[in-house]
Formats: sequence, structure tokens, C-alpha cells
Amino acid sequence: MSEISVGVVVFPGSNCDHDTEHALTSFSGIKPVMLWHNDHDLQGVKAIILPGGFSYGDYLRAGSIARFSPVMKEVIEFAGKGFPVLGICNGFQVLLESGLLDGALSRNRDKKFLCCQTTVRAVNSSTMFTSLYNADEVLRIPIAHGEGNYFAPPEVVERLEEHDQVVFRYTDAQGLVTDEANPNGSLNNIAGIINRQGNVLGLMPHPERASEKRLGSLDGRGLFESLFRHLASV
Amino acid sequence: MPYIAKIKVTLRQSILDVQGKAVDHALKNLGYSTVESARIGKYIEVTVNEEELVQAEQICNEICQKLLSNPVMENYSLELEHVE
Repeated sequence: MSEISVGVVVFPGSNCDHDTEHALTSFSGIKPVMLWHNDHDLQGVKAIILPGGFSYGDYLRAGSIARFSPVMKEVIEFAGKGFPVLGICNGFQVLLESGLLDGALSRNRDKKFLCCQTTVRAVNSSTMFTSLYNADEVLRIPIAHGEGNYFAPPEVVERLEEHDQVVFRYTDAQGLVTDEANPNGSLNNIAGIINRQGNVLGLMPHPERASEKRLGSLDGRGLFESLFRHLASV
Repeated sequence: MPYIAKIKVTLRQSILDVQGKAVDHALKNLGYSTVESARIGKYIEVTVNEEELVQAEQICNEICQKLLSNPVMENYSLELEHVE
């Protein structure tokens, strides 16, 4: 079977690009391709991941300058054609700034940069990114961000909820959506959302940091596996 | 002759301003009991090489909406000053 190429965009200031590449190499049949932010050639990849980090030093607003990197023009077109695009942490911020997803991420409510383990649930397990999860399953996936407080106007949140576009929610260890389990103040405990077409997902937790036994959790693997299974089937 | 745009970007009232809140607490700790609140925004100066005020204004509004502010959570205001 030939390998499936998956692109990882490298912005100046990305710092989870190689972690993501490392995680991808642990899946057989997947070939990570690093895409420099200044390039326009997507090199035939079948999916694109915008990794975590501090693109452009988070200047102005997290993700706001990366959104105008040359490669983003192609990423937006790629998403428009229905190809999968995944944004992790800073990648999620870039997706929101670019308008591929609705809403914004503001400063965590307790002012702190949070780097810790969280528990989340894939409350919509029928997406191409979550098909191998069970909606009741509590997943241990870490976060590392200062601006992860999801916000959108009430009518937008309502629309997201109505169309099952909220894919991940912060929960307690029992899987309950509580305010105490909400690390950053996100509306409705939102940890990740998907676009209406179902091919662009952004989330604050880092699945690549929960993809190896020695990292303390394997719960992030299901996301990559779901995506790769989808890619193999199309 | 260019114009200088003095741009202020502020968080919308509905958005929790954690930096402003921290400063507000610090001011109260300093004994300024009449301080009611503090909010933090950004101040940006952009020099635009345009002859006409209307043109300069249009460009500045465009860049504020496109890049300098995020309309989902921020407002902006701008003042243009002619540079002699």
C-alpha cells in the first residue's frame, strides 16, 4: 500500500510541529510532510495539520499574523475542496482568525498560562476526526495555552450546538461537563469545534502529546487514527 | 504627505479582560479606593503615505478590520493626523 502524505505547516514560532511529525511517524502508512509557511506548494498532501506553538510570537493576537502567511491561501482553498484540516492549539487559533471556524479565543479566565493534563470527551464521535472514539469515553489529553477561552456571540454558539459542531468538551474525570472541569472559561466547556462541512477541526488540547505510552496517555491517538482511517477510505 | 493613524483596539465589554482586572486589583491594593475599573487595550500607530484624507481613512479602516482587530471580540477606533 502506498503511503498517505499528511502536511504539517511550519510557521515561524511553531513549536509543536516536530512533536506532531513524531506522532505521525508512529502510524504505519502515514508520511508527514513539513510545509514551510512561505511556500505555496502543498506537495500532494491529503490532509493538513496546523500545529501548536506561538506563530509570529503571538504578536497582535494569537494566530492573527500566521493567518496571512502565504501557505494559508492554499490551506483555505484546500479546506474549501473538502480536504481535512486539523488545527491544534495555536493551529486552532489560526483557523479561527482565518474564518475557517467561527468564534475567537481570548485570555484564560484565571490569567494563567495553563500547561496541564485535562479530561475531555469527544461529544460528537461521528466526525472524520473522532469516529474511533466513543462519546462517553473520557480522554486524557493535555493542554498548554494562555489564550484558550473560547468565545463566540450567542447566536453562533447556538448554531454550533444545534449542528453538533462542538466536538470536544472539557469534563471532569467522570465525564461530566462542569464549571470546575473548565480550565480556561470557554463557553459551554468547548475544547474543540468543527466546521459545518465536517472537514475542518480545531481543538485546544494536544493529541500529539497523548500519543505515546511514555507521555502518560495514548488517548490522542484515536483522533489521528480516525483521520487516517478516513483518508484510507477515500 | 503622509498621515499617521492613531489606532486604539479594545476588548468588547462582553469579553472578560483579565489583564485589566489584574491592574484594577493592583490599583485597589495601592489604596485607590475610588478606582472603579481598568481595561487594557492596544495602541497602534500606522503611517500611511497617502495624499488624500479619504484614501488614508479607507486604508486604515480596512487594515483595522482585516488584521489589527478581531471583530469577534474587539472594537477599534482611529484618528488620523496629517504629517507636515
